[in-house]
Amino acid sequence: MSEQRNIILTLLNRHYPDLLDAWLACQRRDAGGLEGRREAETTALARRFLDEFRRGLQIAQVDDITGPEWTTMRELLEDLSRDRAIQGFSPTETAVFVFSLKEPLFALLRRELAGNADELASVTWVLSSLVDRLGLYTIEFYAKTREEVITRQQQELLELSTPVVELWDGILALPLIGTLDSARTQIVMESLLERIVTSGAETAIIDITGVPTVDTLVAQHLIKTISAARLMGADCILSGIRPQIAQTIVHLGLELNVISKATMADALGLALRRSGRVIVDRAAAASPTPAA
Amino acid sequence: MGDIPIMKIGDCLLVSIQVDMHDRLALALQDDLTERIVADRARGVMIDISALEIVDSFIGRMLNNIAAMSRVLDAVTVVVGMRPAVAITLVELGLGLTGVRTALNVDKGLALIRRIIDSPERDDADRHR
Repeated sequence: MSEQRNIILTLLNRHYPDLLDAWLACQRRDAGGLEGRREAETTALARRFLDEFRRGLQIAQVDDITGPEWTTMRELLEDLSRDRAIQGFSPTETAVFVFSLKEPLFALLRRELAGNADELASVTWVLSSLVDRLGLYTIEFYAKTREEVITRQQQELLELSTPVVELWDGILALPLIGTLDSARTQIVMESLLERIVTSGAETAIIDITGVPTVDTLVAQHLIKTISAARLMGADCILSGIRPQIAQTIVHLGLELNVISKATMADALGLALRRSGRVIVDRAAAASPTPAA
Repeated sequence: MGDIPIMKIGDCLLVSIQVDMHDRLALALQDDLTERIVADRARGVMIDISALEIVDSFIGRMLNNIAAMSRVLDAVTVVVGMRPAVAITLVELGLGLTGVRTALNVDKGLALIRRIIDSPERDDADRHR
């Protein structure tokens, strides 16, 4: 093993600039041409990668890249994967950075070790497996970063889609958009109850205009939300029930046990009346003959 | 006299539960409370549970019982000050406390009791169930 390592190191040291140029040429070809900024970035990255590659070969195990000697190399690859994952590169485009090193590297080996087939084969194997490991590590980290991005977006979506609006003093509105599953119900409930506490509201209007379908499960979640609000001393009014949904509710035999209104406007009117407020049309009130 | 004090505000009684409930305490509270409702001719009972971090089925049943007993003695029961986390837990347990009226805090609870007592038709106020 150490013999092959020495051969590789000698070759690397001797042909470092050629190898770098050839590698960059490969990358440029694979990526179909790089723009100015990317070009500079990639060159810098490639140089750092080769330096680390050489350093790793000198001090570390070739068949295990999880050791502390490869830490800086791993960090380099992590940075690369993270940047490319966030910029929307595909896994192939990300991994090709590492894998494209094989072509110039093997060409170099073939040139230099042409006379010795045994040596060529064993050195090629060692290098190939090392580059594979590094490439796979890059892909793994890429996937991990993408998963993090997806989780964060899910979280943001959950928070975005459950606003609690104060319509009037003591009247909250909860416009629900999208399907209600258990996780969302939990968040909807928590944010509604928190707002009930902070605003002291006694009426909450739950608007389901944006809920595509109401099945037994969604109804169950609605009932839970309504009961929890009631326990906090707030009455709920259900609004935004589309004709189709009204039919579904009856056909499924769902009993929501809550006052429901067809539109948010009706619900607000009821909530205002309940809190002892009236809305007066001043123009109509002032003119002696009401408009037709 | 049990551990739980019962305070009189006008014609209402205020019970503030600050300690963990257990069977004996619950029974003592029911005894004391029913006696006080009769003695003070109270029209409303407010049970403040804002200090409780855990409300289980036992306390839920106790609250329901107290409400039922008060109703027999012509007093309205309002549970006030429930925490959001407690409300969510109760709902998840399937305990909606349907027999009990609720309010956000003592202030609103008092106003609710006033409204119910003052409304000419008591059943009318109970309509939203």
